[in-house]
Amino acid sequence: MKPQPIALKVLNVVTAILFLVALGMVFLYAPLEATMNYVQKIFYFHIANAWVGMLGFVAAAVAGVIYLVKHDLKWDIIELAAVEISLVFFFIAIVTGSIWARPSWGTYWTWEPRLTTAAILELVYFAYLLLRQGIDDPDRRARFSAVYTLIGAISVPITFVSIRLFRTIHPVVIGTNSSAAQGGFDMTSKMLVTMFFALFTFSVIFITLFWHRIRLGQLAHHLEELKLEE
Amino acid sequence: MIVTKKLVKRFGLKTVLRGLDLEVQAGEFVALLGPNGAGKTTFLRILASLSSPTLGEVIVAGYRLPRQASAVRHNLGVVSHMPLLYGDLTAEENLRFYGRLYGIREAGQRITEVLELVGLESRRRDLVRTFSRGMQQRLAIGRAILHDPDVLLFDEPHTGLDQDACDMLDRLLRKVAGEGRTVVMTSHDLARVEELASRFDVLSRGIICASSSRKDLGRKNLLDFYRQALEN
Amino acid sequence: MMERKNRYLKATSSLSKAIGAIVWKDLAAELRSRELLSAMLVFALLVILIFNFALELDAQARRVATAGILWATFAFAGTLGLNRSMAVEKDRGCLDGLLLAPVDRSAIYFGKSISNLAFMLIIEAIVLPVYSVLYNTNLFHPGLILVILLGSVGYVAVGTLLSSMAVQTRTRDVLLPILLFPVVIPILIAAVKASSGFLQGLTFTDVMPYINLLIVYDVIVTAVSYMVFDYVVEE
Repeated sequence: MKPQPIALKVLNVVTAILFLVALGMVFLYAPLEATMNYVQKIFYFHIANAWVGMLGFVAAAVAGVIYLVKHDLKWDIIELAAVEISLVFFFIAIVTGSIWARPSWGTYWTWEPRLTTAAILELVYFAYLLLRQGIDDPDRRARFSAVYTLIGAISVPITFVSIRLFRTIHPVVIGTNSSAAQGGFDMTSKMLVTMFFALFTFSVIFITLFWHRIRLGQLAHHLEELKLEE
Repeated sequence: MIVTKKLVKRFGLKTVLRGLDLEVQAGEFVALLGPNGAGKTTFLRILASLSSPTLGEVIVAGYRLPRQASAVRHNLGVVSHMPLLYGDLTAEENLRFYGRLYGIREAGQRITEVLELVGLESRRRDLVRTFSRGMQQRLAIGRAILHDPDVLLFDEPHTGLDQDACDMLDRLLRKVAGEGRTVVMTSHDLARVEELASRFDVLSRGIICASSSRKDLGRKNLLDFYRQALEN
Repeated sequence: MMERKNRYLKATSSLSKAIGAIVWKDLAAELRSRELLSAMLVFALLVILIFNFALELDAQARRVATAGILWATFAFAGTLGLNRSMAVEKDRGCLDGLLLAPVDRSAIYFGKSISNLAFMLIIEAIVLPVYSVLYNTNLFHPGLILVILLGSVGYVAVGTLLSSMAVQTRTRDVLLPILLFPVVIPILIAAVKASSGFLQGLTFTDVMPYINLLIVYDVIVTAVSYMVFDYVVEE
């Protein structure tokens, strides 16, 4: 069993430290927001999770295209890892969003563009996983997965635009002057710093998890090889 | 006519063909024998341009696969154990459809010719789903030779046929192969194949482990040759 | 060794001829058996019936809900048609027959898409008057026809690609709606909004953004599906 490369071990530690620092910043450094107090703090994690979800989404689409071009199964492992991570992080984002929404908007859920698109994206991911489950041949599975990733990558942004033709009540956080504007709030400079640090931390978390998951995929692949040799 | 050099086919981690070398001259009728799961169908699908090789060279009818697949397809006829025919169309309509796909000139004339050759002229306006399996196989052969290909590939064509149907099929196979075509046929039916083919190759564990022309076989029984090849 | 002359071949078989042949083949076969169309039609009518009992709308509410009911019906009945159309090819090995022919794979994609579209339009053409009669609503609005056309084109464009994939998996019939529905949501949104708009007497300009969305979706999705279709059928 191949041990974790040193870079990954270092990354594990760095990620843990960053996360602790981020937690500290969120609870100690960033000021309490005027109207919503502690509930607002979940916002930092909500945004960061959604951000990671986006990274995964883009990574999956890119990996899919590369697989179709190169036919190297390594890219299939990467694509699957990206989808799984994106699925989980978007889910956390949706849940944290709901937790924030209840006291702010009075409802856990609303059919506004970002939220609805996130939900649809989760369904696309589940469809992806079900698709993979129904195929035994590794090459066909990789090809079909890549094709579906591509179709999903194109249709989901269009879905977002379509729903946007409706009205939105999702808070527009950056750039508004009025803090009362539809649940949005003013960001002081400390809040901005905290938010960007959270984004950075979660990006690092993404890379770490991504690396681990790809490693897992490769080890599984290696296990299959060993089984066949018997 | 057909050349494969070090042909390797892998499905994920499973290697089915391990460096298969084969050469078939124009006009030869090669019977490809081998146990189940040896890779005969996989090999035939690669020759038929339905599957691409993982490694190695494949040349059929003078063109390289998979790059020049389209050129190969013009000159290739395939009969598998699935009929490849549309049950809700008549025999004639099936042939007309494939005729269009292959771009055949004077299609009407050619279709009649083919139907007569396979002995189905009287049933040309009947729906294929009313045909017996034997008749469907004969029509399938008609479909395969419609565009007059130089190379014919048969994947266990006798599957599911009774004795009479098999005999009729063999008569047709002899007629069709006799026109100078190059034929590769996989089969489990050694007795029948012994009468039809001019050469016998045994595919086992991913490579051709034995090959003999009918002349060289001489007095030896094909069954013995086959068993011996598998033992090695 | 005999020199064999290929007497019957053209130099190349043209793409449009191949597409035409496939469409003709599908329509001729379906005309004879009418299996696919009757299944789709009965299913569509059943769905409308179910909606009738499930929603219990009065005349006013029904006017608002009509567009949604129609599109839900089309979406569900559509998967039936897509599944059956591909299953025919897969079951008798005919897909191999198509792949063996010296034609571009896109001929298969366009041929199947066009016949799938034809089937869907036929069903829609029957469902519309039936719904009109059952619920005493006038559905004969040129704008509505346009929306149905555009929506069906997009649906079938991506549906043919996905059904080609689904039919090659173990989970087959069940998989297609799961793959298809999340991805055709833009069509459903735009089509329902546009249809609803037309039925409520809005002008073309009011409904324009949704029509544009449909057109953009159709173009993008058809282009992408056409480009990746090879990867779905070639081994």
